[in-house]
Amino acid sequence: MKTIVATDLRLAYGTREVIHGISFEVERNEIFAIIGPAQSGKTSLLRCLNRTIDFVPEATVSGSLLLEGEDVRKIRDVYGLRRRVGMVAPLPVGLPLSIYDNVAFAPRCVGLRQKSDLDAIVERCLCQAALWDEVKDRLSSLGTALSGGQQQRLTIARALSHEPEVLCLDEFSIAIDPVTTMRIEDVLKELRSQITIILVTNLVQQARRLADRTMFLWRGEIVEIDRSEVVFSDTPGDRRTYGYVQGTFG
Amino acid sequence: MTVLAIDPRGTAPKNSNGVAAVTRRRRSAAAIALERLAEAIIRASGFSAIFFVLAIFFFVFREAAPVLLKESFKPMEFLFSTQWYPTSDVNVRYGTLALTIGSISVTALAMVIAVPFGLGAAIYISEFSGPREKEILKIVIELLAAIPSVVWGFIGLTVMSRIIVSLTGAPVGVNLLNGGIILALMSIPIIVSIGEDALKAVPDSYREAAEALGATRWQIVYRVLLPAGKNGLLAAVLLGVGRAVGETMAVLMATGHAVKVPHSVLDSVRTLTANIAAELGEAAAGSDHYRVLFMTGVLLFLITFAVNLTADLAIRGVRRR
Repeated sequence: MKTIVATDLRLAYGTREVIHGISFEVERNEIFAIIGPAQSGKTSLLRCLNRTIDFVPEATVSGSLLLEGEDVRKIRDVYGLRRRVGMVAPLPVGLPLSIYDNVAFAPRCVGLRQKSDLDAIVERCLCQAALWDEVKDRLSSLGTALSGGQQQRLTIARALSHEPEVLCLDEFSIAIDPVTTMRIEDVLKELRSQITIILVTNLVQQARRLADRTMFLWRGEIVEIDRSEVVFSDTPGDRRTYGYVQGTFG
Repeated sequence: MTVLAIDPRGTAPKNSNGVAAVTRRRRSAAAIALERLAEAIIRASGFSAIFFVLAIFFFVFREAAPVLLKESFKPMEFLFSTQWYPTSDVNVRYGTLALTIGSISVTALAMVIAVPFGLGAAIYISEFSGPREKEILKIVIELLAAIPSVVWGFIGLTVMSRIIVSLTGAPVGVNLLNGGIILALMSIPIIVSIGEDALKAVPDSYREAAEALGATRWQIVYRVLLPAGKNGLLAAVLLGVGRAVGETMAVLMATGHAVKVPHSVLDSVRTLTANIAAELGEAAAGSDHYRVLFMTGVLLFLITFAVNLTADLAIRGVRRR
């Protein structure tokens, strides 16, 4: 079964339609990159997936969006849905809590109280996000006091803490340095065997490095979806893709 | 300062391209002077707060001080005696303990009622209500804050006292409970509006991050917003306390104004503030009674100072954690 299946998905803010009936599939345990210029609907698409679009007044979603065969628009337990989808925002948001409490936040929300269980989750997630060695001696200090790159890895650790089936990263490297970016990219490559990753990025090279398949989204429409070797080759399926990747279009 | 030197006549040396250095637009002397002036004015307004506090303390203390030199005035009696007979011919007593306890107990009771309701309302308005509902609630609560204290006192004296008598069977309806409820109603609008501001100041990114982690609204409130907004919420509560301690007219009318240490919430009490308001007009200027009332003012001043200082230290303590 595919992890995500979108069929004729449309999203409108009021009368302004921003996603115009797109259909695509995401395989299990692949890194699926979404590239495209600003205002092409990338972030809105992610928000449909974890239903945080519900907080936007006047946003209407139509068509179907299946997560493991289940239509996310019909899911009653949105909190459960959001735990199945890990989300990392462009700018790191450390909650004003300790490093430990940041990572233990989601497990605690589902009622996990056992200290030993929480300790194990915190250590596992921080290790997965390549942050454990830097912070293991100061888990009780404020998460917001970390550097930008560390905070971004903290948000990744936090997004992994509820064991999501899909990890969505929305331009995660926008505020961090290239060295940290490469470390996180290595982390993502390792995680690929365990979860499905959706990577929204403005960095074409990043998509080329990481993604198994890439979708080029432009003004709410899909220009091309294909294996990354094809999308980033000299002969992609659409001339606009070539132009965008080469930097002469978009 | 030489770096900022200005050259209004354009006599500055020209560089090799023949372009006057003036074209790099140095700011004029007038603009700099104006900025300095503006800075001096706002600095003066900032420091004036210190001046006013000291001046008020000085003038109140100046009226009160002469009584300290009199043999009939005993500081220990003033602070720790519950006997307040300022106009007695044979046995004058200036003990303020009952008044202090009256002030503290009314304030405490008011806060017990006002803090949960006030913070609850602030959380509801900030996090749960829809935009239209939010507007309406905020307008009504601001209206509540605008009701004059004498009107609150009137409500305490007439409406609330009857309700209390019929519900509890107390002999008089004007008592500690009545004053506490009235003060609570007066403090709630302040707690709500400051508390709501404090919650509004918590960045939306925190809410979004918590939402994406699958937190419910309640979980967001008590796991993210309350820790993030605790300083502002504490400030809201303390402003409520300030309002309750300082309130005079409403408590004068609602508490029964009897000088005694209360043993239950249905006993009448008198507060420091109400005592000053009621008696200062009767006391001859310069008399012992008059000066002791000013001394009561000094005491009130010290109490509020202690409350503010504790609050400040508490907030610092909270921050350091």
